Amino acid sequence: MRLYLLAILAAAASGIPGLFLRRKGGEVAVGLTGLAAALGLGASLRVLGGGPTAAFSLRTASLGSTGLMVLDPLAALFAIPVLLLAFCGALYGLGYWEGRRGNTRALRLVYGLLVASLALLVTASHALTFLLGWEGMAIAAFLLVMAEDREPETRRAGWIYLASTHTGTLILLGAFALLAGTTGQYGFTALPAGLAGSRTGTALFVLFLLGFGFKAGVLPLHYWLPPAHAAAPSHVSALMSGVLLKMGILGLARFLSWVPDPPLAWGGTLVALGALSGVLGVAFALGQHDLKRLLAYHSIENIGIILLGLGLGTLGKGMGQPVLQTLGYAGALLHVVNHSLFKGLLFLSAGSVLHATGTRSLERLGGLGQRMPWTSGAFLVGAWAICGLPPLNGFVSEWFIYLGAFRGLSLGRQAWPLVILLALALIGALALACFAKAFGAVFLGLPRSAPAAGARESSRTMLIPMAVLAFACAAIGVAPILFAPALDRVTAVLGAPPGAQALSSLTNLGSLSALAFALVLLALLLGWWLRPARQATEPGTWDCGYAAPSARMQYSASSFADGLVRGLRWALWPLVHRPKVAGWFPRAARFESHVPDPVLDRAAAPAFGLAIRAAALFRVLQGGELPVYLLYVLLTLLSLLVWMVP
Amino acid sequence: MLRTLLPTFLQLLLHGLTVLLLPPLIPGLIAKTKALMAGRQGPPVLQLYYDLAKLARKRVVFSRTTTWIFLAGPVGAVAAGLTASCLVPFGHTPAPISFEGDVILFAYLFGLARFLTILSALDTGSSFEGMGAAREATFSALAEPALFLGFAALARATSSLSLGTMLAFPGTLTAKFTGPLILVLAGWAIVYLAENARIPVDDPNTHLELTMIHEVMVLDHSGRPFALVLYGASLKLLVLGALILTPALPRAAAAWQNWLVFYAALAGLAVAVGLVESAMARFRMTKVPQFLVAGMLATGFAFLLMLV
Repeated sequence: MRLYLLAILAAAASGIPGLFLRRKGGEVAVGLTGLAAALGLGASLRVLGGGPTAAFSLRTASLGSTGLMVLDPLAALFAIPVLLLAFCGALYGLGYWEGRRGNTRALRLVYGLLVASLALLVTASHALTFLLGWEGMAIAAFLLVMAEDREPETRRAGWIYLASTHTGTLILLGAFALLAGTTGQYGFTALPAGLAGSRTGTALFVLFLLGFGFKAGVLPLHYWLPPAHAAAPSHVSALMSGVLLKMGILGLARFLSWVPDPPLAWGGTLVALGALSGVLGVAFALGQHDLKRLLAYHSIENIGIILLGLGLGTLGKGMGQPVLQTLGYAGALLHVVNHSLFKGLLFLSAGSVLHATGTRSLERLGGLGQRMPWTSGAFLVGAWAICGLPPLNGFVSEWFIYLGAFRGLSLGRQAWPLVILLALALIGALALACFAKAFGAVFLGLPRSAPAAGARESSRTMLIPMAVLAFACAAIGVAPILFAPALDRVTAVLGAPPGAQALSSLTNLGSLSALAFALVLLALLLGWWLRPARQATEPGTWDCGYAAPSARMQYSASSFADGLVRGLRWALWPLVHRPKVAGWFPRAARFESHVPDPVLDRAAAPAFGLAIRAAALFRVLQGGELPVYLLYVLLTLLSLLVWMVP
Repeated sequence: MLRTLLPTFLQLLLHGLTVLLLPPLIPGLIAKTKALMAGRQGPPVLQLYYDLAKLARKRVVFSRTTTWIFLAGPVGAVAAGLTASCLVPFGHTPAPISFEGDVILFAYLFGLARFLTILSALDTGSSFEGMGAAREATFSALAEPALFLGFAALARATSSLSLGTMLAFPGTLTAKFTGPLILVLAGWAIVYLAENARIPVDDPNTHLELTMIHEVMVLDHSGRPFALVLYGASLKLLVLGALILTPALPRAAAAWQNWLVFYAALAGLAVAVGLVESAMARFRMTKVPQFLVAGMLATGFAFLLMLV
């Protein structure tokens, strides 16, 4: 635990020397973040490797028995992506942000604070530390989103994020108060059996689901997420999407670990929300033209997959089916780590594209595979993994959830296994289409604009973090058996039922690795057979003999997704401005189509407007005169006295 | 020791040889059937073998737009197809590798092949190939649920998650699951036609690029990469064919009989595909999704019947 506390301190302090140093402030910050990552990862890996669970508590009776912080396997599992991604992001930021844009020192400072809050949050075992970390994270993230606050779009994204996150915090405050009312303390302890089925239990579940759902971006509480992720600097987007959203999942997982007997309705709700978020998240991603917004919608989709796993595990726990519980929770929690890795990788490579070309619009990019080969390789690995394709890590976690759902089929006439199966299959197919679109539009074909044509490969400080993350994706995908014992320890925190089997005995991970190696070997063999012998003069694309194809004639990202977007228009409500073409010599015309976020534009934004107008009614009370305010204080005190004294 | 291992070893060898050598025969059979139905003589049944041998010796032309992704498509499709072929039983001969949950790996390996093929099509920057890639991505999103619903129905019937036990149905068609099984196979037959780019979803022989799906994605491949593309397509015909044939095949006593039954059924499947292609026209693009949804409905009803 001491190592871990040191890590938090190092992370929090990482930006401070930079405030006073004239040069090399960024390098110092990266060094301190690296130190924090090394210390924290060491402590976490020791716990995951079977070491003793460590706790930290101040010696005060009023804090309850659980202490303030605990580094158990669950916390350690979440700490790993936090620290790894924080270090990768800091190193990447050195090449991406330093010396080119403003706010550099402040950005470093707040980045360190965000990392420290996240590291504190994952180990919180008391409502006090939890909310402290939670608020620190929310405010630091807000400041980071606002890094480019000259853009009106960024400001809008920032304020929407701040309002949403505080709504979530408010709900959580209520939830913790209710929890303390039931258990008698603010520390995190197990709930008594039988409570979950009662009305209080339901209220707790709903409140926690709402509060954590806001942070995780569960549909329909996701609306703050795409604009904020698109507006933030890319290494911050990576951290937000990879780690910050997962804190909502951490909260839910902690809550579920306290409940010995979750009702079936809870698991069912989680499955339903997961299917909704997963399918609609990827559907909205298909309609996006902005690379970072597209990735943000994919985060919603992956949160959906994680919820499917959590729901499956909770159903298993409620029904007393240890196999389902293990597979569901293991799948969900492994997917948490996996998503952090590949989504971090994707955001960092998207950042490199933005850095090199200055645009995020898919319709203006293209042909970067020849100009930025390493970045394109990194993005491909991320896309490969996020589509859940073997032999990378995304497949392994989805495979666990699939296995659990298939096992659930034999439990009698229940709808949820089929819902999980169909949702996962549909998400997989749509994600594949979406990433084929994104990768194709950005990296393949011919450049569609001058900046894309002149793009250069990023610096090494930006490429190394991507390589680290890509390697981690491949390692988990090819050799999942190495990580299974750690995963068993984590699922045990979520309630180990009697007779629970180890993950490695439930699933044949060895065969999976063998086939992964076979696949790689075959690909190498065939690649060797092809041994590209490039000629000195290479012709253009044949294209059935078309004489003078131009870059603008390529199939664009919108055309690629058009069929699916039209098929899903009942959910997406795409806006299409179609010109009328009439006459023999029609005039020049413009065609435009985009998919706005229905929750933000049609529900949340009008609701906010209404709230502001309602709040204006209270302006009468707020005249700005000190004596009037003092009068309010006096009146309040008097009325309290009258109410409390008799 | 040797006595017990030898039959298994021979089975494995035969499995491997079938996968490596047999696939190009299937398109030949289909083409021959179509030619005979149309009253033509048609190309020899072994035509694809000749084509592959010729392509292997030819020079490759690369567009200057392309990167290494252009080669990843053909390589990935064949590598994934070969890996998937280890998981599927050929008739009632058990699969070389079989474990709980290999169905999902099987389906996702074909997803991987599709992903890489689409990317290698987009790598050329051609709008024709982009169009084909978009169609492939769109239609496969509809085929995927049908495949998984069929898996769900069979998993429910056999309480197993392994292709080996799921497909090698005990008792075959006389069992109580006859009705659902027929529905599953009907749905999968639609998936088979769509995934293999056959009429009525796609026409492998058309010369109008605007109406093609799969063929249009490989317009720019030549030489050895194109040989891999053609071989990969025929491999898919074999492996997915084994998937839809196995549940319907009767179980024979001896191993050689099982193999014989499987080969006969495979030839029958090729002829059946040829007959469908001779008897039907390709659907308009807008009708294709409806056809695929029909497949989804068939497997969905099969699952419902399994529940009762």
